[in-house]
Amino acid sequence: MAALWELSLSELTERLRRREVSAREAAVAYLDRIEATDERLGAFLHVDREGALAQAEAIDASRAPAGGETGRRLLWGAPIALKDILAVKGQPLTCGSRILEHFVSPYDATVVERLRREGAVFLGRLNMDEFAMGSSTENSAFKKTRNPWDLERSPGGSSGGCAAATAARQCPAAIGSDTGGSVRQPAAFCGVTGLKPTYGRVSRYGLVAYASSLDQIGPVTLTTRDAALLLQAIAGYDPRDSTSLPAPTPDYLAALDKGVRDLRVGLPKEYFVGGLDPRIREAVYKAARTLEQLGATVEEISLPHTEYAVAAYYIIAPAEASANLARFDGVRYGLRVQGRDPIEMYSKTRAAGFGPEVKRRVILGTYALSSGYYDAYYLRALKVRRLISRDFEEAFRQVDVLVTPTSPTPAFRLGEKTEDPLQMYLSDIYTAPCNLAGLCGISVPGGLVEPERLPVGVQFLGKPLGEETLLRVAYAYEQASGCARLRPPIAEEDRPDSLEE
Amino acid sequence: MTRAPVRTKATMSEMSLDVRYIAGLARIQLTPEEERQLSSQLSQILAYAEKLKELDVRDVPPMTHPLPRVNVTRKDEVCEGLSRDEALRNAPAAENGLFMTPKIVE
Repeated sequence: MAALWELSLSELTERLRRREVSAREAAVAYLDRIEATDERLGAFLHVDREGALAQAEAIDASRAPAGGETGRRLLWGAPIALKDILAVKGQPLTCGSRILEHFVSPYDATVVERLRREGAVFLGRLNMDEFAMGSSTENSAFKKTRNPWDLERSPGGSSGGCAAATAARQCPAAIGSDTGGSVRQPAAFCGVTGLKPTYGRVSRYGLVAYASSLDQIGPVTLTTRDAALLLQAIAGYDPRDSTSLPAPTPDYLAALDKGVRDLRVGLPKEYFVGGLDPRIREAVYKAARTLEQLGATVEEISLPHTEYAVAAYYIIAPAEASANLARFDGVRYGLRVQGRDPIEMYSKTRAAGFGPEVKRRVILGTYALSSGYYDAYYLRALKVRRLISRDFEEAFRQVDVLVTPTSPTPAFRLGEKTEDPLQMYLSDIYTAPCNLAGLCGISVPGGLVEPERLPVGVQFLGKPLGEETLLRVAYAYEQASGCARLRPPIAEEDRPDSLEE
Repeated sequence: MTRAPVRTKATMSEMSLDVRYIAGLARIQLTPEEERQLSSQLSQILAYAEKLKELDVRDVPPMTHPLPRVNVTRKDEVCEGLSRDEALRNAPAAENGLFMTPKIVE
């Protein structure tokens, strides 16, 4: 029999619902697993053993009689871990930054409220690039997170902790955030599933802002079904986020197994050019062929402004960041370094509290918004953003969903790109356009590349609010591909089977 | 695509990127070493952003938001906010129920 921590979130919630497992047993299984593995992996910034056990015990104690109200709660007793950018009342919230090292959240984010209502138990806080700025989690002020497939490689970022922990089975699922690929790219690097919902689908209340017109919260899971389950729990209108969409939340789980027979799938030709690892290109073509065999129609489409997406993204996101991060000034919360006057206090506080990448982006964004350069950089980038968005509108007139690579390469080595920010930025080419246009996107495992035995991701992109179709396609591919639930070496240890041998 | 031309030597001298001045606007004190490093990195990134100038965008309206909604308001009703103690709990310096700062007005 499989250990508890080998189960998918859906399998685990099913056992919890049938009471074959108590919430406490589930929490203990993962807490022990974190203890056994995280010294090597470094996914967690904070493990809340006491709090998690208390939540689990409360859930076990409050169980209504069989068939009662708890039967309808989606996550009753299921342990979840959170990227350290989501507010949980009374818990630390560092965003991987020295400036928030000792901050304690005074309230719950809306997604946290919703997860609580569904009965989730919070295991702890996951590592990330400082303020979600990065693609490798190396910009965390606190620790390095390692890729469970190869401990010398990056787990991706910025939600690297979410992807590494889920892949290593330290938690059945995690919640991260995605501004230019920060859920999907680490999911691809670690061989798990990462969903970025449509902009406005999930409330951002209680998510620390990086670039407000691009940020969106999304789940990291072992399967597409788990992604649908978590989206079901966290999606929906929230009056506390004025950008949240007042659209009803469909039944995502019911949509999963409708097949792809009637669907048209597009391959954007501009995504398959130089710089893409040929093995990843092959994995994506193979995914397209798989969907074709399942009855979908596959055709080539064009997104002519693709090559401008990274440039537009790295003007717009830093510009928004420079405004959002102005709040970290040492006055109301966070680090303070004394100065003779307020200006000196701000400047010294931010010098000591921010790491190199955050400084780089805040200064870049300040420049792009500054007098004399606003039109040349920021305004122009916003116009190019419109062109990119129109490309997608045009494409979605022809097809229902797009299939693309998630990242041009598999996981790179720790330290490989830290000295060259621009090279790091360029690896966002396949994920950033989705945020610029406000679409939904998902990265699912597309197998392992040899000889490194590293996972690669296949990305599907859908129309705004097209999550049902997106998940349906991802699910069909996952079921047919045989690539789901890849198990990294660190998750082969301590299995009950291997112990018996 | 990721091999797109990176014009490191591009028009940077013309761009007169005064890192110290911009960092001042951003209220971040830099060491001379940081200034030097950022100057070269930002020049490289901005040279790459020059790409955006290849496109004719004269008649393209800027896109500030993916799904524009205007005049969004919530119901005008009383709801609970943070108490003063909670709001001050993370303050680096607080006294008498107030945030303390260095002197602002002479």
